[in-house]
Amino acid sequence: MAQDKKGFSHDLIERNTLLLIVLVLITVSIGGLVQIVPLFTIESTIEKVEGVRPYSPLELAGQNIYFREGCYNCHSQQIRPFRDEVERYGHYSLAAESMYDHPFQWGSKRTGPDLARVGGKYSNDWQVAHLVNPRAVVPESIMPNYGWMKDRPLNYGDIADHLKTLKVVGVPYTDEQIANAKADLEAQKNPDADTAGLMKRYPKAVVANFTGNKTVTEMDALVAYLQVLGTMVDFTKYQSKQLQQ
Amino acid sequence: MAQNYKDELSGVETTGHEWDGLRELNNPLPKWWLYLFYVCIAWAMVYYVFYPAWPLGKTYTKGILGYSQREELDTKLAEAKAGQAKYLTAIAAKSVDEIQKDKDLLGFAMAGGRSYFNENCAACHGAGGQGAKGFPTLADDVWLWGGASADIYKTIQHGIRSDDGETRGVPNVGMTAFGKDGILTRDQIDQVTDYVLSLNGKPADAGKAEKGKTVYDENCAACHGDAAQGAVAAGLDGIGAPPLKQANWLYGGDKATLMDTVTNGRAGVMPAWSKRLDDATIKSLAVYVHNLGGGK
Repeated sequence: MAQDKKGFSHDLIERNTLLLIVLVLITVSIGGLVQIVPLFTIESTIEKVEGVRPYSPLELAGQNIYFREGCYNCHSQQIRPFRDEVERYGHYSLAAESMYDHPFQWGSKRTGPDLARVGGKYSNDWQVAHLVNPRAVVPESIMPNYGWMKDRPLNYGDIADHLKTLKVVGVPYTDEQIANAKADLEAQKNPDADTAGLMKRYPKAVVANFTGNKTVTEMDALVAYLQVLGTMVDFTKYQSKQLQQ
Repeated sequence: MAQNYKDELSGVETTGHEWDGLRELNNPLPKWWLYLFYVCIAWAMVYYVFYPAWPLGKTYTKGILGYSQREELDTKLAEAKAGQAKYLTAIAAKSVDEIQKDKDLLGFAMAGGRSYFNENCAACHGAGGQGAKGFPTLADDVWLWGGASADIYKTIQHGIRSDDGETRGVPNVGMTAFGKDGILTRDQIDQVTDYVLSLNGKPADAGKAEKGKTVYDENCAACHGDAAQGAVAAGLDGIGAPPLKQANWLYGGDKATLMDTVTNGRAGVMPAWSKRLDDATIKSLAVYVHNLGGGK
């Protein structure tokens, strides 16, 4: 006879919707907090490695195209710590390597290969030829053609605002980087430009006229992004013990 | 309050809830379910003791086993390497030529080279080394940077016009854009391409081709050789200029492609692999590529 017992009773919760909602929220919050909060306080969650920097403006524009085209639907960006993956793709991905990705592109769907370390694996010319018609270089490929992207001008008038927005969510873009965003974007596409400032702000950025077009196109941005993936950390500097969490 | 209604059919007490005459039986949880629940709780306790589990501010409990997935990976990689140690140490100690003379090592290098080739090289050079437009065929006997095993080994290590300090060729410097840079007029390019076509026995305007020979001798012979035999055959190192008398063209041997090539220039790039793959792997790749059909 539940009604006769003193103190706690299911009856009270089940007959009071507001109380039920409040208690459900508290319960779910505890579950979430216990799983999420420790990841922010435990020191080894994000490995302490050097070299990971925010994306250069052109790379960032390329990443936005990567999001827009849904590349993540077929390509993951996470090499898991298993022998078969490491021997195929290279060093397993670190949390630190995607700490400036918003949203991260880890994924688990691999219709195409993982792209976490595709940067520098192929030449710029190959990336362009492959995006235009994947079957021209890989006959068995089922990837769609992206040739239209080669001549489509990149819309980058608001690139500085993208950097500012990312700064709000914690990507450490400096005022200098934001002020130079547009100039840096154009410099990365022009091998004849003075790129000293760009390379100082964004070490290891790949500077090239990727598509050969005079204007900056969407494919220029996308290839610049692909060519930096997984190249920021120099793994020869670290013993594997240092990277264990 | 009244005693809860007892269901007459089953004899089980109800919870006292009633919805339009429907009542809820107050049955206890099935025993098997309840015990399984307790076992799961007990299992969690055991797990806490053996495996990483509880957060402690900046760190966490490591558990008696001290398990780490990344450490397990290191162990597995080391085991795999130890299993192949007999071959790997021999490959490391020998030159690519010596490896090919040792039947045992050759088998190992070819098998490994094949997997690494398919993963890393086939995207540009094709699964059988057949190449694609702009990406050289590895199965024929035309080699822009040398086809001896030592040359192939060096090319894979340092790449072509790559960001590697010891790259072959000069980064971003390839064939001059004779038209774009205003070195040759459109007529001269028209003539020199006809000359190249005539060298290959293709239909060409004889008059233009004759004038084209002069253009060739003055502008092209320095890299492609005075007999269009290519830089390697002409003994010019570090240029990579292909022979212009051949059947398997890198970018295409038709009039339109030749015009495009002479006008805009070409500068194929191959990445350096020494930072990506270890030495034994690169040697295996060199052995595999050397055996694709065109090795010298």
